Amino acid sequence: MIEKILARGSGQDHVTPGDIVICEVDKAIQIDGPFNLTEPVPSKVWDPDRIAVVLDHAVPAPSIADADGQRAARQFAAQHGISKFYDIGNHGIVHQVVLEEGLAVPGQILTCTDSHTCASGAVNCAARGLGRLEMLQVLCTGKTWYRVCPTIRYELVGQLPPGAYGKDVFLTIAGRYGEHSNKNVEFGGPGLAALRLDDRSTIATMFAEVSAEFTTFPADQLVLDFLSDRCREPFEPVTSDADASYADVRQVDLATVVPYVAKPDYVPHNTLPVTELEEIRIDQAFVGSCANGKLEDIRIAAQVVRGKKVHPGVRFLVTPASQKVYLQAVRLGYVEALVEAGAVVTNSTCGACFGYHMGVVGAGETCVTSSTRNFKGRMGSPEARVFMASSATVAASAIAGRIVDPRPFLQA
Amino acid sequence: MLVKGPAWVFGDNINTDLMCPNVALKAPADERKQYVFRANRPGWTEQVKEGDVIVAGTNFGTGSGRPAPQLLRELGIAAIVAESVNGLFFRNSVNFALPVMECPGIMAATSEGDILDIDLDSGIVVNTVTGSQLRGMPMPSFLQDIIASGGLLQSLLRQGLLVAAPREASAAGW
Repeated sequence: MIEKILARGSGQDHVTPGDIVICEVDKAIQIDGPFNLTEPVPSKVWDPDRIAVVLDHAVPAPSIADADGQRAARQFAAQHGISKFYDIGNHGIVHQVVLEEGLAVPGQILTCTDSHTCASGAVNCAARGLGRLEMLQVLCTGKTWYRVCPTIRYELVGQLPPGAYGKDVFLTIAGRYGEHSNKNVEFGGPGLAALRLDDRSTIATMFAEVSAEFTTFPADQLVLDFLSDRCREPFEPVTSDADASYADVRQVDLATVVPYVAKPDYVPHNTLPVTELEEIRIDQAFVGSCANGKLEDIRIAAQVVRGKKVHPGVRFLVTPASQKVYLQAVRLGYVEALVEAGAVVTNSTCGACFGYHMGVVGAGETCVTSSTRNFKGRMGSPEARVFMASSATVAASAIAGRIVDPRPFLQA
Repeated sequence: MLVKGPAWVFGDNINTDLMCPNVALKAPADERKQYVFRANRPGWTEQVKEGDVIVAGTNFGTGSGRPAPQLLRELGIAAIVAESVNGLFFRNSVNFALPVMECPGIMAATSEGDILDIDLDSGIVVNTVTGSQLRGMPMPSFLQDIIASGGLLQSLLRQGLLVAAPREASAAGW
């Protein structure tokens, strides 16, 4: 699939692994971080209609530096006539906003200044993160280069059992196969049909954690239905050919997936079923991020904690991935159930996931999170431990005070 | 392009949060480099010298698009040779003018302090202490050109595509 998009983007009939291609980019999404810097800025942007600016990492501004940067972002959007500007109040974590607003489009190439841009692969979009300097180039010229890498295909069969989610699928694959650097990943197979879009997006997002290049799913009916009331431009999805060549084809039986946990510091070959983890007491539990702050995550967290109390001594933080998710979670009563249980439902931001603001962990503390990264020091002190799991596992652990199997908590 | 220097050896899965932790994201630009590898190798920033190289295991640079290679460059690192490298980190390194090469076998072939001769054109890495020679992935010439020109920012400035930031910024950010 990815080779077809890169061929289209570079104006060629086809491309093959090993090629380096210069592509025209369809969308460029800028976030708040780079605006904080004194570095030079584009004198002119290549196409304001194909650029969006989303403030997400440090909103509302926790410092003067961030406030100044966000002022610069507003000036930038106004000066260059960028109408797709998601300012505070209309904001969310960029990858969620991009999906919600129909900016991620099948068959297109999307760039963004954040490593989890691959989230949009869930809707058949060739999406990857770029550093801030490369984004400057894209904003000015609308072009960048890609190395065409070989593709690993994951053939999904079966259906996820209760208590297992996209996060568990990813953690299972990461434990089994390790890192994927210089490889694209594509998903297919009969198991896709019953795999929710939230789960697909979680999986696509998380493949950044095993260093995959592009991660793409086909645009099946589920994707087309999702886009029908939000995508305002024509598009042409790509499909994989029956005789496509792959670096490897790996079957994953979704029916065998169980709740999984990543142990601290790194992901490849560092995950195991939650039932095999030794007793881990926790100080903080966090549901949120581009990977797992979706409405379904908030729903699951609310279901797990409804009528119960967060364990004494545990902080349970829940960050909806966007204002839209937040509003729906309020309307559906999820926020009420969470707050009654003693959870803290925060504003939508990347804050706690990258240890920048709102939910930083201290030395010697242990956090279990459904966000994106378990790196040493990621969520605060380098002396803290970060375990990573599904939102169900995190919510159940918040109640239990230690990392537990969520399945008993999900039975009504 | 040729780089020669003594090696610091790191393990697998060395991520961008170790290179540029959240405290560095908040620090003034000229104070950030002191935080590099503080969590996994405290004191290293005082030992590293201009022209040193990093040798590492698999999945080097996994993580985010934060300017980790910029900090390594500011500390004097002249090149990175690793068993495998995260794609975003690779791009970021080139754009911050830091040569980086994937070279399977480099960990077994290198002890800390060995002097490596790295040829980005051919991909050949010679350990001048042991005499061993490995073939890594050559770097395409258009990427070497970005490095030779001082990085992508310099290149974009020379093309006249950028103007000065419109205000006094506080220099924190990523």
